[in-house]
Order: sequence, then C-alpha cells, then structure tokens
Amino acid sequence: MTVTAPATDQVTGSNATLRAFLHGLPGVDKVGADARAAALGTRSIKTSSKVFAIDLAISMVDLTTLEGADTPGKVRALATKALRPDPLDPSCPAAAAVCVYPSMVADVREIVAGSTVKIASVATAFPAGQASLRVKIDDVRDAVAAGADEIDMVINRGSFLAGRYLEVFEEIVAVKEACGDARLKVIMETGELVTYDNVRRASWLSMLAGADFIKTSTGKISPAATPPVTLIMLEAVRDFLATTGRKVGVKPAGGIRTSKDAIKYLVLVNETAGDGWLDPHWFRFGASSLLNDLLLQRNKMKTGHYSGPDYVTLD
Amino acid sequence: MAVFEYAPAPESRAIVNLKPSYGLFIDGEFVEGTETFKSISPASEEVLAEVANATEADVDRAVAAARRAYEKVWGPMSGAERAKYLFRIARLIQERSRELAVLESLDNGKPIRESRDVDLPLVAAHFFYYAGWADKLDHAGYGPNPKPHGVAGQIIPWNFPLLMLAWKIAPALAAGNTVVLKPAETTPLTALLFAEICQQADLPPGVVNIVTGAGATGAALVNHPDVDKVAFTGSTEVGRIIAKAVAGTKKKVTLELGGKAANIVFEDAAIDQAVEGIVNGIFFNQGHVCCAGSRLLVQESVADEVLESLKRRMATLRLGDPLDKNTDIGAINSAEQLARIKELTAAGSQEGAEVWSPPCELPARGFWFAPTIFTGVSQAHRIAREEIFGPVLSVLTFRTPAEAIEKANNTPYGLSAGIWTEKGSRILAVADQLRAGVVWANTFNKFDPTSPFGGYKESGYGREGGRHGLEAYLAH
Repeated sequence: MTVTAPATDQVTGSNATLRAFLHGLPGVDKVGADARAAALGTRSIKTSSKVFAIDLAISMVDLTTLEGADTPGKVRALATKALRPDPLDPSCPAAAAVCVYPSMVADVREIVAGSTVKIASVATAFPAGQASLRVKIDDVRDAVAAGADEIDMVINRGSFLAGRYLEVFEEIVAVKEACGDARLKVIMETGELVTYDNVRRASWLSMLAGADFIKTSTGKISPAATPPVTLIMLEAVRDFLATTGRKVGVKPAGGIRTSKDAIKYLVLVNETAGDGWLDPHWFRFGASSLLNDLLLQRNKMKTGHYSGPDYVTLD
Repeated sequence: MAVFEYAPAPESRAIVNLKPSYGLFIDGEFVEGTETFKSISPASEEVLAEVANATEADVDRAVAAARRAYEKVWGPMSGAERAKYLFRIARLIQERSRELAVLESLDNGKPIRESRDVDLPLVAAHFFYYAGWADKLDHAGYGPNPKPHGVAGQIIPWNFPLLMLAWKIAPALAAGNTVVLKPAETTPLTALLFAEICQQADLPPGVVNIVTGAGATGAALVNHPDVDKVAFTGSTEVGRIIAKAVAGTKKKVTLELGGKAANIVFEDAAIDQAVEGIVNGIFFNQGHVCCAGSRLLVQESVADEVLESLKRRMATLRLGDPLDKNTDIGAINSAEQLARIKELTAAGSQEGAEVWSPPCELPARGFWFAPTIFTGVSQAHRIAREEIFGPVLSVLTFRTPAEAIEKANNTPYGLSAGIWTEKGSRILAVADQLRAGVVWANTFNKFDPTSPFGGYKESGYGREGGRHGLEAYLAH
C-alpha cells in the first residue's frame, strides 16, 4: 500500500482534514490480518537461523521496569544486566536499552554511561496520560535533563477515541519538541484502541506528528502487544517510508515472554517491513522476563542442553 | 543491517514407510496387477514406488467386489453402523495425518505447510462431517428414506489427491453406496495409504476399492455397465468425454471441472489483506486449483498500488523443497503440466502481455515454475480465457462495478470468484450478479465440509460438500 500523502501541514491543518486523511487510509480486514500473522507464526526457525535470531532479539530488548516499588538499587541491577546479559559469556550482545521512570534515569545513567546501552524513560503521565499538557511536558523535560536518550510517551487515548485527532497530534508535536535530541517513542496503547483500523490510523497520526518509534503498549493494559497489531504497525512504517522518505521504528511491548514469541516477531519484521528493520535502531522489544528466556535458549543452542533457571540472573 | 536467512527445516520422511510396489485394492485386499507404472516425486524426479496399472479386467473385478459389498453388507447396514466406520476412518486419518501429509507432499510436490495445515485437516473434517449424516439421511431434505444409487465409480485429479478422495468417498459411503475410486496416475500413493487405513478400520471388503491407472483405467470405470453413478473431478475436456459416455445410460453423473476465476479488488478494499488474498488465490498449491483466482480484476484507481504491493509480497515467497516447513511454493506436479504452463505463458508474452516474476532460483532437478504475473492483459488474450492451472496470474483492470461483473462473467467457466471491498452492501450486490458457484468475500480458497462447492456453466454440474453433496449419492 502506498498512500499519496499531501503535504503534512495540509493534512494537519484542522481536525477535519486530519480526520479525512486518517479515515481515507485503506481499511484493515481483521480476519485477514489475523490469518497473515498466524501464518507467519508457523515459520520454522532452526539451527543457524535460530542462533542468529536469538542474538538479534537480545540486542533489541528494552529491559524494562516500571513499578511503584522501583528503587535505585533495583534499576542499577537491571542496568548492569543490560550491559552484560550473560556474565559468563562476553560474546553475548548487550540489550538495546533500559526503560525506567524519569526519577530513575540518573541511576541508570551512572551504570550505562559510555556504553551502547541507551536510557529510555517513560514520560507524559505514564501510563494513563491523563494530565495536562504542561505537566506532561515537564515530565519529558525532567527525563531528558536527567540524561534519557529516548522518551516513551503515551498518547491521549480518550482524545483519539473521541475523534479529536488534532489534539493528539499537537500533543505529540509538543512532546517531540521537548525531547530535543532524544528519540521519541509514541505508545498508542493498542489494547485500548481495540480495532485494527484504529491501530493503523494512530500509527499514521503518530508518525505524521514526528514519532521516531511507534510502540504498542504500556504493559499495564491487556492485551498488550500481539502479532497482528505489530504486523499492522510494520505495514504502517513500511508505507510511511515509501510515502515520505522518513523511516520510523516499531516497538511491541508487553506480553512477549518467550524466545519462540520473539522469533515470531522477527519473522513478522523480516517479511513485512523487511530487513531494513532488523536492527536495534529500528526495532525493539519492550520486555523484562523475555531476556532470561532468550539467554536460556542461547545457552541451549551453544551447549546442546538446557542449563536451568539458576544459570540466568534474577534482578 | 542484518539478513535473516531461514535455515533448511525439512520435515522427516522417516515417518512414511513406502513399499517398493503397490497392487490394486480390491475386495479389501491388495492384489497384484498385470501391468505397472512408476510414481515419481515431482520435486526430484526420484521414483517413489511402482504401482499397478489397472486393466479393464481389473476394473471389472473391482466393480464386482463393490456390487457384492453393496448388496450383502453396506447397503443393508443401518446408517448408524455405517457412521461408526466413517468416524473410525476419520480418527485414523487424524492419527496418521503427519504420515499422510509427508507422503502427499512427496508424491504431489505441494509444500508440507499446505498438506499439513490445509489438506489433512480438511480430509479428516470431511469424513467426520459425512459420518454425522449417515444416520440422518431422512432429514437431509430429499424425502423420507432416500436410497443410495449402488456402485459409484469415482475419478479424482492430482492437485489435492487425498482431499478429493475424501470429497468423493465420504458422502458416497455415508449415503450407503460402495465405491471404486481411480486416483490420478501421477499421485496414486496417498489413496493406497488410505486403502491401508480402510483395512485398519475393518471396513467390510469391497466397500472401498482403489484402482490405479491412467486414462484407459478411468474410461473402463466410466463405461462399466454395472456402475450406477459416476463422479469426476478434473479437466473440462475429460468431463465432456465422460458426459458423452454416460449420456443415454442409467448412470447418474456429477462433474467438477475447470475454472478461470475472477478475483475482484475494488478501490475500497483492505489492500494489504487483498494482496494476501490474491497471493493465496493463485499461488496456493502452485495454482493447481480448479477454483484458483487466476484472473485478477483490479479497479484502475488502485491498480498501481495493488500491483506494487503484490510484487513486493511475491518477492518474499519461498520456492523449493516441498518438505521444508518454510516452503511456500512447491513443485509443478508433472513434466506434462509444466509444459502446458510454459506453452500458455509463452502465448501470453507473444500476445503482448507484460510478464513479471520475482528473482527466484529454481532447483536443478524436478519440475518448477516461478510465481508469475502478467499485466496489461485483455479479455482477448489466451491467458485471460484458458485455464493455466499453474502459478500464473493474469491482471486486468476495470473502472466500474458493472464492468467488473461483466468481465468476471465473460468466461465459459463459473466455478468461483472473489470480492474484495470494505463495503458490505457492495459484497452482496456483486455476489448476487456473479455467475460462479462459490463467491468468496474478503477471503479466497477457504473450504469447509459443511459448505457446498461446484460450478456454473462449463465448470461442471452437481455440488460436493455440505448437505447438497449428499444429493449426488442418493436416489430420490
């Protein structure tokens, strides 16, 4: 699908023009999208391709903790793990990033500074996003000032579902501005948008507003990431690149716990957006327990036998 | 940037225990034939087994066995008892589905992904479905106490060997007929494994007889005077011969023949899913599908973007070893079929249509044809009119719904059609005017035992599947 996009300022000139554009995008047939994602889930990834996929998946993990009980000690431990997921094997790649609340960014920074591991921070009154724009912007500025490389914002789902698309758009634009050099991930909370048509529209809306990444979920709402939703987002970034020349990343988050699941997502990326997205710069997994399963499988591929949960670190 | 190569993931052949040679299955036993032929794997040209070539005398023995079984055992048996056998066969098919799927892919060349996920589940489902009808025929809508015909002579094609067997045998047996079935000469092996399953299920001898062979064997079966009912799936050309042969006889006949289905994509379609449907419509089973969506009718206003998406999608199709679990497109079933595909595609280029295939390396041995599309096709081109029965799509455009319907119906065939639009009212209005036995909306090549299947015009007569499929096997 290629969408002939008129100049962005024409589309986003008013709520009416933005609505007309988003509702003019081709629809998504749910049965067909589910079937396509399921069919790609039957790809059989074995031996050398499994080794490749596991290392790639490890390098794409945004190792995440977003709990009220988070402490500096907890996030430092997590950051240390992101640097060196398998302490016994230096050939194991580092995770892509550590994802925490703004108040924890400085602690993560002390550990990962100078490494390839990025610091991602949720902001904008995560996870509900129900605060004034002023509060959200301050939240972002705090995180950036503390050293966040990436900001994971939430969109205002209430405004989106009410059809106030321009409001959502302008909020993303404002947050993007507050990000400065930090890359902006826009969390659409697809579990609350419900329909695949909404997922496609929210993806385009976010990209038009300047998102560097589109992300499925906060992890606080069920369902979180699903293969068909990720498929639709991958189609969206593929088409957005073809239409505008700008490449946007994708981050499924929440509910991806096993290596098998992660590999299915990589197959989706490979056969939908293409190998241009098989790179931690353009594709991430928002996850916590996934990393340990990837490490267990990695060890299994290396040694031929399962080592057991005592051989991976619990943080 | 990384390249994600998929390592070979072949399904093991060890599960299939092939004998070097197979006889004919007559009266519950394998009996040696006088002549033999070889069944090869189209992916490697390796000989898989030697199979008996049934002569007229062999067919006569098989029909006689079927007659005895009909009169002594199967005809008098209550529907509830017949159902037990059919349920047992259905369960055995499920239990042995991996074995049957591997053998189907070996003998036919279709990808294991399809034989495993499509053919075999449907085969079992057909037996389960018709098993359920066996004791309820009074309520099938054909009057009280409808009677079977007697002996059914059934001839099936090579594209879905075991599935076509199920479509034929399950309703025939449920209705109380006995059968003599001839599988296609290039794909006889799963029918012979099915014969073993009949033995395993203790099906009374003679209820199912399998005679392997080519055209002459089929002719002997069709012309046998003691056959009450002929059921055929295959080419329109052979269908005509059969119709002539049975004309003026007591024999009932159903024919499921060729097709040149239109897959119509309107401008308001869900484009990404429509592209999947186009791919599934023509490249499923290498396009060896009578109801394949071999003519893409796409609205001009979206033709460019649909074609661009289609080409990008086709570039991801994986052609190769049918037993590799990641293979999307397997081998062409025979050298003869490959030659026909090549002849028709050459005609397409010669007549001025533009041909395109993704970069695609073909294996050195075996019969292969890359997925191919022709653009700039007009209704007057041979590739828009004749059934190619291969992975070749002819793309035509239209401007209005009326033009789409006119072009879709402008064919001697009428087996199936597809409609792609997000507008529900358009689906209903267009489906109402399409002269095709099956019309799929926002999907394609979906089959279910509860749904009748069959054609208009030269695509044949009679229906298979569902309650309607019983009619062919009941006198009422």
